[in-house]
Amino acid sequence: MNLLGKLSLDAIPDEPIILAADIMMVLVAVGLVAAVTYYGKWKYLYDEWLTTVDHKKIGVMYIIVAMIFLLRGFIDALMMRAQQAFASGGSEGYLPAHHFAELFTGHGTMMIFFMGMPFLIGLMNIAVPTQIGARDVAYPYLNAVSLWLTVSAGMLVMASLAVGHFSDAGWTGYAPYSGIKSNPGVGVDYWIWALQISGIGTTITGINFFVTIMKERAPGMNLMRMPMFTWTSLCTNILMVLAFPALTVVLALLTLDRYVGTHFFTSDGGGNQMMFVNMFWVWGHPEVYILILPAFGVFSEVTATFSNKRLFGYASLVYATMVIALLSFTVWVHHFFTMGQDATRNSIFAIATMIIGVPTGVKIYDWLFTMFRGRIRFNLPILWTLSFIITFTIGGMTGVMLAIPGIDFKMHNGLFLVAHFHNVLIPGMLFGLFAGYHYWFPKAFGFCLDEVWGRRAFWGWTIGFYLAFMPLYILGLMGMPRRMVTYDDPAWQPFLIVAAIGALFVAFGVLSMIIQLIVSIRDREQLKDVSGDPWNGRTLDWATSSPPAEYNFAVIPEVKDRDAWTDMKARGVAYARPDKYDDIHMPKNTAAGFILGALSFVFGFALIWHIWWLVAASGAAMIATVIIRGCDDDTWFVIPADEVKRREDKRFEALEKAGVV
Amino acid sequence: MSHGANTVHGASRPDTIVNFGFWVYLMSDVILFSMLFTMFVVVSDNTFGGPDGAELFKLRDVFFETMALLFSSITFGFAMLSMHAKHKGGVLLWLLVTFIFGVLFVTLELHEFYELIHEGATPQTSAFLSAFFTLVGTHGTHVTFGLIWILVMVGQVAFKGVTPPVASRLFRLALFWHFLDIVWIAVFSTVYLSGVMG
Repeated sequence: MNLLGKLSLDAIPDEPIILAADIMMVLVAVGLVAAVTYYGKWKYLYDEWLTTVDHKKIGVMYIIVAMIFLLRGFIDALMMRAQQAFASGGSEGYLPAHHFAELFTGHGTMMIFFMGMPFLIGLMNIAVPTQIGARDVAYPYLNAVSLWLTVSAGMLVMASLAVGHFSDAGWTGYAPYSGIKSNPGVGVDYWIWALQISGIGTTITGINFFVTIMKERAPGMNLMRMPMFTWTSLCTNILMVLAFPALTVVLALLTLDRYVGTHFFTSDGGGNQMMFVNMFWVWGHPEVYILILPAFGVFSEVTATFSNKRLFGYASLVYATMVIALLSFTVWVHHFFTMGQDATRNSIFAIATMIIGVPTGVKIYDWLFTMFRGRIRFNLPILWTLSFIITFTIGGMTGVMLAIPGIDFKMHNGLFLVAHFHNVLIPGMLFGLFAGYHYWFPKAFGFCLDEVWGRRAFWGWTIGFYLAFMPLYILGLMGMPRRMVTYDDPAWQPFLIVAAIGALFVAFGVLSMIIQLIVSIRDREQLKDVSGDPWNGRTLDWATSSPPAEYNFAVIPEVKDRDAWTDMKARGVAYARPDKYDDIHMPKNTAAGFILGALSFVFGFALIWHIWWLVAASGAAMIATVIIRGCDDDTWFVIPADEVKRREDKRFEALEKAGVV
Repeated sequence: MSHGANTVHGASRPDTIVNFGFWVYLMSDVILFSMLFTMFVVVSDNTFGGPDGAELFKLRDVFFETMALLFSSITFGFAMLSMHAKHKGGVLLWLLVTFIFGVLFVTLELHEFYELIHEGATPQTSAFLSAFFTLVGTHGTHVTFGLIWILVMVGQVAFKGVTPPVASRLFRLALFWHFLDIVWIAVFSTVYLSGVMG
């Protein structure tokens, strides 16, 4: 028996571009380890971050993961744009076809699973518990498990760059091309196990936050008093719990096809490839709304806050969100109108798809009416929101066009489609996440982000978006298919050059955001916010200090209004010193989440490379970890009332010194 | 519902919250099984020239399997009654009886799989058999994890007694165990009964 399974020195790629990326990655890793060692921060890292169950810190770590993968996914995009800008009229470009295929697969996979998902879950972690007046999530330890499963899955994607290669089957991994006969390498297995591990983490997150929102709200906060971001998070969590098991199953069945030789999606043996497509999109379409609903929540918070007005049409926004969540399960066939259903079936799903545009339109009007006659402060969060409203509406309209099966037959698999979904996901999801990033950054760290570089980033992204994707609409109408490594029609090239220039503008935006972060950390004393409420916020998250104490609220607030914090400020009870403090029970830190994450990485890696003894060992170790943790009764500790008083007194002292109180 | 959830300072989260989350988990497991059922139903006629359910399934054996699992649910109920009566010995006894019935179920299932594979009806034979082994096997895997959990709880009851945290965990194990019973009823009806009837 081979102790290393399929693993050998051949697994190290010989392509110079990939090799350079590997060396880069190793250098960064070594640099990080050296820096932590040099500054003697290992204990700090372990105590405060790796073993933490504090939702604020977990949220920050989620967003760090998202930012890393935003960079990686964006570099992939830049490489693809560069390839297509040159690879015309007989030119091969600079990328071999298989590398190009791995780029578009990796770009989609990373942007959805390792940028979008961690980013929105990170924002949920930072904002939801404080918005509902809770001290933590319902299951703090499981929250850490979710995080480390996501990290380990992301590490698998990173590992594929250095050891072996990633999938070339597209981010959707359609069978039978992703089956063992067409794709015998480890690429699809990396894709499978990265998605499977992160997907399980996401399911746990969904359960965790669903229970948190349903059960942990402060007294007085009934459902119709919940902040909009909490509402959209709730709907996203419901979708996570209901949709992600479908992904789990479709991946598991593909795994069995590849590892055991079953016939679920194979061409022979009676396999049914349509079941792959159906099951994948039964998860995949709700996933679109999992990604976009939290961003809608951010836009709702931001428009109300920066317009200094109560949110217009709160109830309609709540119902629209619920309707979108429900309808998201009824439209999946529109991802494959051309795959052989009869016209009746296509029509049903086409109509459902068009109907889903209605609640989305309701939301756009609600945001517009919130801003109407408001005194808008043009800070960074609302800039992203404005860009979203205009850009997303265009994307929504091309979506309604694609919802018509007759049109879809022409546009299917073309660049019009690529332009459409980037046109909804970039403004709809990413701009929302950026708005949330700028909005809650001072909450998480106690200082604001630099406005000047923030504006530069904003314009880079917005102008870059239009330059990069509007040409793709035209190319789609001209008949250019997606995912082409080279092409013959020279008429396409000018548009692809414009798109590449657009990508450079986005690159400027990305760079500006990095500089913004560095500048803000440098100038943190000038950008400091002592009040905990830099934007004159309306919801309870702004009632805490920035960053919030580990218990968030020394005394759980009593909610009397939808805009609870605005109401408290109006009644003059904001920043009021409580008469007395009680002991506070908080969950203890645990290494179990981190250990499970590390083991799941080993488990996934061993499965990918068929190292069976290691699969058994790491699997058994995971079960043992769960059992040992499950037998632990001593998982809570008490912060005595005196200690709470001491910390709160310090906060009030700072507030008084800053003149807030 | 939300009132006071945070202001109650117990040693941990109140049971009601933890149990609620477990219900939500079970619902997500329902989706998982329903996807497998869908897969099975769609490809159940795709025997690819291999044997079909009517040729393969022996209802008599499946009847014993079913009885083993149903009885294990009853005996788990007795374990819970003992738990409420704070009768540690009773809890241990009935948990072990449940464990034995559970092992019997898994053994019978593995025996059936062994016979099928021996007859040449393997997961690689046809899409129908792939789906059959996967659906029934996924249920069996759940039962196996349930058995491990029972053993862990036997250990906890033996060493810690029926303390509030232990009782709380027993309640969720009971939910899990009864849930697997209900799934089995669906497996029995969809896979075996429909299969035998052709």
